[in-house]
Amino acid sequence: MIVSRRETWLGRVLLLLLMLVTLVPFVTLFITALHPPGSYPSGLTLPETPHWSNFVDAFQAANMGALLWSSVLIELGVVPLALVIATLAGFSLGHLRPPGHKWIFLVFVLGLTLPFQGVIVPLYFQMRDFGLLNTRWAIILPLLGLYMPFAVMWMRAHFVNMPQELSEAARIDGAGTWQLFSRIHVPLSAPALSSLGILLFLWTWNQFLLAVVLVDDPTKRTMAGALGAFQGQWGTDIPLLCAGSLLILTPTLIVFLAFQRQFVAALMQGAVKG
Amino acid sequence: MMQMRTTSTTGRREDVEQSTTSLDSRRRALRARRLRRGWVALALVVPAALVYVVFVLRPLLLTFQFSFYDWNGVGPSTWVGVENYTRLFGDPEMLGSIVNALQLIVYFSFVPVLLGLLTAATIRKMATSHLAIVSRTVLFLPQVIPLVAAGIMWTWLMSSDGLVNEILRAVGLGAFTKAWLGDFDTALPAVGVIGAWVALGLCMLLLLAGMTKIDPSLYEAARIDGAGAAREFFSITLPSLRQEIGVCVTVTVIAALASFDIVYISTQGGPGNSTLVPGLEIYYLAFFSREIGQASALAVAFMVLVLAIILPIQRLSRESD
Repeated sequence: MIVSRRETWLGRVLLLLLMLVTLVPFVTLFITALHPPGSYPSGLTLPETPHWSNFVDAFQAANMGALLWSSVLIELGVVPLALVIATLAGFSLGHLRPPGHKWIFLVFVLGLTLPFQGVIVPLYFQMRDFGLLNTRWAIILPLLGLYMPFAVMWMRAHFVNMPQELSEAARIDGAGTWQLFSRIHVPLSAPALSSLGILLFLWTWNQFLLAVVLVDDPTKRTMAGALGAFQGQWGTDIPLLCAGSLLILTPTLIVFLAFQRQFVAALMQGAVKG
Repeated sequence: MMQMRTTSTTGRREDVEQSTTSLDSRRRALRARRLRRGWVALALVVPAALVYVVFVLRPLLLTFQFSFYDWNGVGPSTWVGVENYTRLFGDPEMLGSIVNALQLIVYFSFVPVLLGLLTAATIRKMATSHLAIVSRTVLFLPQVIPLVAAGIMWTWLMSSDGLVNEILRAVGLGAFTKAWLGDFDTALPAVGVIGAWVALGLCMLLLLAGMTKIDPSLYEAARIDGAGAAREFFSITLPSLRQEIGVCVTVTVIAALASFDIVYISTQGGPGNSTLVPGLEIYYLAFFSREIGQASALAVAFMVLVLAIILPIQRLSRESD
């Protein structure tokens, strides 16, 4: 391909500029977190002595250990269960295709563009009637339902694309539906499942609205919900707030950098399919 | 199905000579099995359908129902017909929140998509350089962190002593410094900047993925015909990206209309109601003013609005398939 030098050069400048704009907020957050607690540091000035203790203070002030544990519990309640029931439904609608499967799928797809705000008010009263307000179930159960349109569509698309010959061969060998599912289809679904799992993990970790409305106690919330409460409580102590924010967003960054390739692929496919 | 084919291959002749009764019984057995398989298949959908019905469809219907009542959440409720809706269309605060959300589309959607197109088009030309690879990772970071954290970062950056104002002072534009999120004129655009910052990476990567699928010989041909970079972009790149652009616009428009996290953290709808969005207004109405009916009416209108905007976009971008 013929590309002029000027174009390449301009492209580099543009990229560097955008990367700078993307990174500066993170850097500011980090530098501010090192300033003396209670101070109002201006701009990008480095503190005379870095106050690493802010991270410890924020960890203790936010009760970070309990928060992490709560988030882990919520993730454990949501992600594996959502994967299992979405796989079962996707296998049925995409592969077995029972009578009426098109209509059932259509009803699931209806929920795809639904903003959570549309159902949050009745959800609150429903959870109150179930006696589950202020428990982690108040976040776990609605999230399972709200993820279903996307998760079922994702798994159905996967099973639709599996070659039919594979199942026919298994049937000839005398495999029943259960064996066909567990021995053939589930092992072959690992990539689709791991992508979906990553997406659901991230969405759950960052879920804010449900946490704020349905759970008062920050130590029973998701990480994002807890950060909201932390800001309300320590919003005036900027360095401490920055340290707390960093502590809460670091796990997502670590997961992202560790699973980067799958992560980007999953989020992009997720966007395309959604 | 498979069994039938195996028998027919072993002996085509026997098939013809078979009595009608055995054929009938076999057909019946087959139908029974298909039926049984159908019930098994439907049973597999039940768990997913159950959580979906209980935690999405039922609340959705309840939102409709609540919207015709006057209810404070604890006492008895009274039927008021469409009164909540008529009040909604005469109330500057609620209508204003919808107008604000529509304005946010410019920042959350148009800016990242246009900027993403420009960046992706430039990156495509240096696809394998180190810079391009590093920038993919870096530009994606805002997508990964909680929106709440993005809100906190930018609230600090755009505060009166924040970095944005520091930079303005440093380059001699000190007269333009202000508390960007606290000013009636700039608060909404400032919230928009946060949304654009989050969305840019996703848009750019999606568009870049779309561009790599375009046949390079198209570009070669265009260059031979003497087309410049601009002509090339409008005649080849843009038309080929119809579907990817559709996806970007859909995702970011939903993010704009349904914005909650960023606004809740950075401005809480203020100053005045200048950054109030429907999501936040529903939250305030239902859980602070305890006007459940009114909040539900706004939620219904809001969902209709989202559908009315998203469906045409979907249709436009899918038409080419």
